[in-house]
Amino acid sequence: MSAQSRREIWIAATVALVLLGVMPALNAWVPESSFFFISNFTINVWGKYLAYGILAISVDLLWGYTGLLSLGQALFFSLGGYMLGMHLMLMIGKLGQYKSDLPDFLVFLGHTYLPAFWRPFYSLTFAAVMVFLLPMTISAVFGLLAFRSRIKGVYFSILTQALTYGASLMFFRNDMLMGGNNGFTDFKFMLGSDLRSAATQRVLYIFTGIVLLGVYFGCRWLTRTKFGLVQRAIRDSETRVLFSGYSAVQYKLFVFVISAAIAAVGGALYVAQVGIINPSEMTPDKSLEAVVWVAVGGRGTLVGPIVGAVLVNALKSWATHAIPDLWLILLGSLFLVVVLFLPKGIISIPSVLLDFYKRRIKRPEPAEPTPVTTSSAL
Amino acid sequence: MKMVNQSAKALLALTGMVFTHTAIAADTVKVGVLHSLSGTMAISETSLRDVLLYTFDEINAKGGVMGKKIEPVVVDGASNWPLFAEKAKELLEKDKCSVVFGCWTSVSRKSVLPVFEKNNGLLFYPVQYEGEEESKNVFYTAEAVNQQATPAVDYMLDKKKEKFYLIGSDYVYPQTTNLVLLEYLLSKGVPLENIGGGFKKDGSGKIISAGKYTPFGHTDYQQIVAEIKQFTAGGKACVINTLNGDTNVPFFKEYAAAGLTAETCPVVSFSISEDEFRALPAKQLVGQLGCWTYFQTVKSDANKAFISGFQKWLKDTKVDGVKKEGRVTCSPMVLSYDGVYLWKQAVEKAGSFDVDKVRTALQSGLSFDGPGGKVTTQKNMHLTKNVFIGETKADGQFKILKEYKDVFGEPWLKGTFKAK
Repeated sequence: MSAQSRREIWIAATVALVLLGVMPALNAWVPESSFFFISNFTINVWGKYLAYGILAISVDLLWGYTGLLSLGQALFFSLGGYMLGMHLMLMIGKLGQYKSDLPDFLVFLGHTYLPAFWRPFYSLTFAAVMVFLLPMTISAVFGLLAFRSRIKGVYFSILTQALTYGASLMFFRNDMLMGGNNGFTDFKFMLGSDLRSAATQRVLYIFTGIVLLGVYFGCRWLTRTKFGLVQRAIRDSETRVLFSGYSAVQYKLFVFVISAAIAAVGGALYVAQVGIINPSEMTPDKSLEAVVWVAVGGRGTLVGPIVGAVLVNALKSWATHAIPDLWLILLGSLFLVVVLFLPKGIISIPSVLLDFYKRRIKRPEPAEPTPVTTSSAL
Repeated sequence: MKMVNQSAKALLALTGMVFTHTAIAADTVKVGVLHSLSGTMAISETSLRDVLLYTFDEINAKGGVMGKKIEPVVVDGASNWPLFAEKAKELLEKDKCSVVFGCWTSVSRKSVLPVFEKNNGLLFYPVQYEGEEESKNVFYTAEAVNQQATPAVDYMLDKKKEKFYLIGSDYVYPQTTNLVLLEYLLSKGVPLENIGGGFKKDGSGKIISAGKYTPFGHTDYQQIVAEIKQFTAGGKACVINTLNGDTNVPFFKEYAAAGLTAETCPVVSFSISEDEFRALPAKQLVGQLGCWTYFQTVKSDANKAFISGFQKWLKDTKVDGVKKEGRVTCSPMVLSYDGVYLWKQAVEKAGSFDVDKVRTALQSGLSFDGPGGKVTTQKNMHLTKNVFIGETKADGQFKILKEYKDVFGEPWLKGTFKAK
């Protein structure tokens, strides 16, 4: 294990300890009046940021490591959310507006019984399986067709964008029986505990953090195997990979399906914490947002997307409240600055500073290097 | 240059927020404003933010609420429904706002509702909606279906119309409104074959959807208008329109192109108010009807004072992002304005900002003489108000044709009208 990778693991472990140990502890055991208290609100929004972090990794696995800019990740994210959402809708029971066993929107549409495809979702296990199964199936079928036809580059982006747009139009329709424009909301229980209570939200937050950590280490392992090498070779020169006797289709398909599954699990965790899912979450601009997080954080690294997702969303949360009229300008200028001056994203700041320092102060021996958190070097 | 200026301001605000946060006077009451200031809904919702800020200034100038100045906390929901939920949570849990004025779309209201119920907050909701909801944490100053759609149908029946074509965008509000209208029309003796747009039935033959629906952003209305033209062939027909936003433009263009006019077959719309005409061309809609609980052309002293006060405020205000030219007033704006005054009255009656006490006061039947006439709060958290039918003029204003006095707001209408 190299010194750099050991350092990276140390940093990841420290951040994980703060986010998953210290923050929830300050929320649970410190009195509300204390300076160190972390509010339920903060825990809840951080849970959302971490779920976005999972989505960002899925984008980067495709874009940063395989060179496939997928604009359809919002679809897999939302489908994961919808699958868990179906279970949560059924768990509301008679506590809805209409005091009926059916979800409110079905009563409202005049239905008197539960449509057949809704019934298995009474089981959380079934819903959890579907969270993975549906997005993976769709990505496998779509990926197979796209990659076998050698669709790549901007055409792949356009097609994935069309896929998610088409799906959002379908979900907007009320006859889909998936809640139409309003989607699913007003969730009450999961595994018998009140989803809106501080304790449940804390557990969900910690769970999201653990999943994010797992996804991070999983992808870290994957990108360092021989598979990861081929993956990056495809990114850099697909033709050469083909001539070397590798079938790029299988590799790309595998990455596409895996990243759909990652996005989906992020979506499911997102919905449980945010408490709402509707078709506007699967429009192409949501996919683009995730691409922006990755670009801001640092494409082609695994820490970068997480940093980008958390940073951009935390900034958005803060700015929509503090400067509601100017926040778009603030965010826009951040993106410009990153694109113009930090093409490798926020996480390249230490190495950029170091380079600058080296070039300006021409000492024969550079000073002690500042710790670099990038994982791009292999 | 403006960009630079604004970014500089953003930076200033950034640093300013850090330092001034502690310097807030204690004799204020925090009031949340939760509307979309960016994204697709911004065009409608920023007007409500503006009118709310105006109302707060007006109240503060007269001494505030129970001696406390209103301190608005404006946030941007950005037409993003999960963000609405997050912002609602922030307003209630972090800022501890006594009341929140906000939301436009039904989906934004549905997404913040669990937050308000969990924190026992109070939301004032000002935009026409489908009903089928009655939360103790929401006060609906909005028009219920029987304060817009059924009076419009009454008017059409008065005008000896016999055939009704229903068209709308495919979401909750049009779907519910049309189901209610179907029952209402049948109860008035209109036969089923005189109701156009098509029906969808479930397995048992019960109608679960009435009318023609198009998705958001739909642009091709040729076929539908041809169908309407066929439907109107015998005369005495009208169209009930619940299309949303900019889809109205291609619809009315096609409608005029097909030779249909307000004389042969009038269209009555529920989603186009004066404010929408800032973005829609009024030309194709001249003579068509609208139905709201307020029009800018209402003749009353309260309305005159409201319009001139608002215009003066627009001229003087230093709030960022307020558009100053070509501004009009419309029903959602007036219902926001009424809401603030009703809340003030309720607080003063309760002698407290506590939500439970304010709610009890609100449910006790408070009255306020607003720009659209007298409004009275009801036990079911809705509002009794006057309903107006207006005819569109070329300048985007409405000529008032008919007024229904003191209509009770009823959210639960489905199944209440029995066929003859």
